[in-house]
Amino acid sequence: MSVLASVADVVAAGCLLAGAFLCLTAGVGLVRFPDVLSRMHAGTKPQVLGVLLVMVGGAIRLHGLAATWMLLLVAAFQLITAPVSAHMISRVAYRRRHVRRDLLLVDELSDAGGRDSVYRGDEPADAPPEHPAQALPESRREDQEERENGSQSS
Amino acid sequence: MIVVAVIAHALLGSGALLALVRLARGPSLLDRVVATDTLLVIISASLAVHAALSRDPTVVPVLVVVSLLAFVGSVSIARYVGGMLLQSATGEGSDVGLPRAAEERAAEEREAQG
Amino acid sequence: MSVEPAGSRLRHQLPLLVWLVVVWILLWGTWSWANVVSGVTVALVVMLLLPLPPVVGATRVRPLPLLLFVGHFLVDLVVSGAQVAWRALGPGGAQQGAIVRVQLRVDSDLLLTVVAETLSLVPGSLVLDLDRESRLISIHLLHVDDLADVERQKADVLATEERIVRAFGTAEDIASLETGRLTGRTTR
Repeated sequence: MSVLASVADVVAAGCLLAGAFLCLTAGVGLVRFPDVLSRMHAGTKPQVLGVLLVMVGGAIRLHGLAATWMLLLVAAFQLITAPVSAHMISRVAYRRRHVRRDLLLVDELSDAGGRDSVYRGDEPADAPPEHPAQALPESRREDQEERENGSQSS
Repeated sequence: MIVVAVIAHALLGSGALLALVRLARGPSLLDRVVATDTLLVIISASLAVHAALSRDPTVVPVLVVVSLLAFVGSVSIARYVGGMLLQSATGEGSDVGLPRAAEERAAEEREAQG
Repeated sequence: MSVEPAGSRLRHQLPLLVWLVVVWILLWGTWSWANVVSGVTVALVVMLLLPLPPVVGATRVRPLPLLLFVGHFLVDLVVSGAQVAWRALGPGGAQQGAIVRVQLRVDSDLLLTVVAETLSLVPGSLVLDLDRESRLISIHLLHVDDLADVERQKADVLATEERIVRAFGTAEDIASLETGRLTGRTTR
């Protein structure tokens, strides 16, 4: 084996190990972080840097242009799609209040009146209401009461 | 290379295991979506690691499919969860496209109040 | 769909066609005329069956600022990736996040999309909401130390926007960057 080939192998192995390590930290972050939005941060990290590193490692190791082009395509797809799905999930998460607001230092979106006041807390947010048309005024009324109580106490 | 393979697969495997823990425990649907997404990415990464270490490009097309499926899956679930909001907003359950923005709704409520 | 002259419609859809053909060729993995012809056919069928609104707004690519942007983006990716990894593994955890709104200055759909995608791709910041009318972008930050840190990260967002506009924007966009900075200075 020539020197060049072994150097390429070492670089590829480093990329693969770093990517695998990032996947591990993503798993750890997924378990440790407190709410959906911060778990989202942990999840997007292997999607971007980890996958890029693994694809670079694979492109170095694999011979043949066809496989390299396809790995490039996978990396491009990840780069394009990861922000879109992350944004869609996080937007729904924020609207449905899957956010630990007590852990936020500042929340300028809610200060600006963007707070979603139709649904009560996030539980049982995952189940659709059985009768949406009746559930809506109900939760609006409860929200109203809660707001009045809050303004009295503060 | 065998050492590299063992270490990389151990790292990826424990990452996938932790994602599974979150998938099982996740208090809400969205947590599970995030966990599934991460799990799929870890799976495709380990397929790529396998392909790279054994110099075997057979599984590379699978990577393309998995990466696109992960996107379609998480987007459709996000739309589904958002759609629950939407159905209750229109009242009769008809689909009108995107959910109305929270700002818009808050402004309407303020107008209705005073 | 609104009625549009076929010529301008074709010109608007041309980038999509090229992208689809490139994807097709990359999937096959080899360059050959048969692949190009079949790719163009498939792309035309896809575009006829699943029409998309055209991407409006002119851009021009400047090589040197583009290089600066890409280099900065890659460094950002590694640095903040390491930071988020340390948050996950280290003793601190993520105990104090923040949701900030930043007033962007650029007024172009395409550039706003690029800004939002870039911000989401860098670990540690996540775009929650983008108000197109008033150009307000809402970002969730994984961890902030204090209020000064919040201001620093907001400035980072604006710096990212400036790099992107200098790389892809038209002369008007760059001008709006300057005027935005001026009005920002006078109101402050």
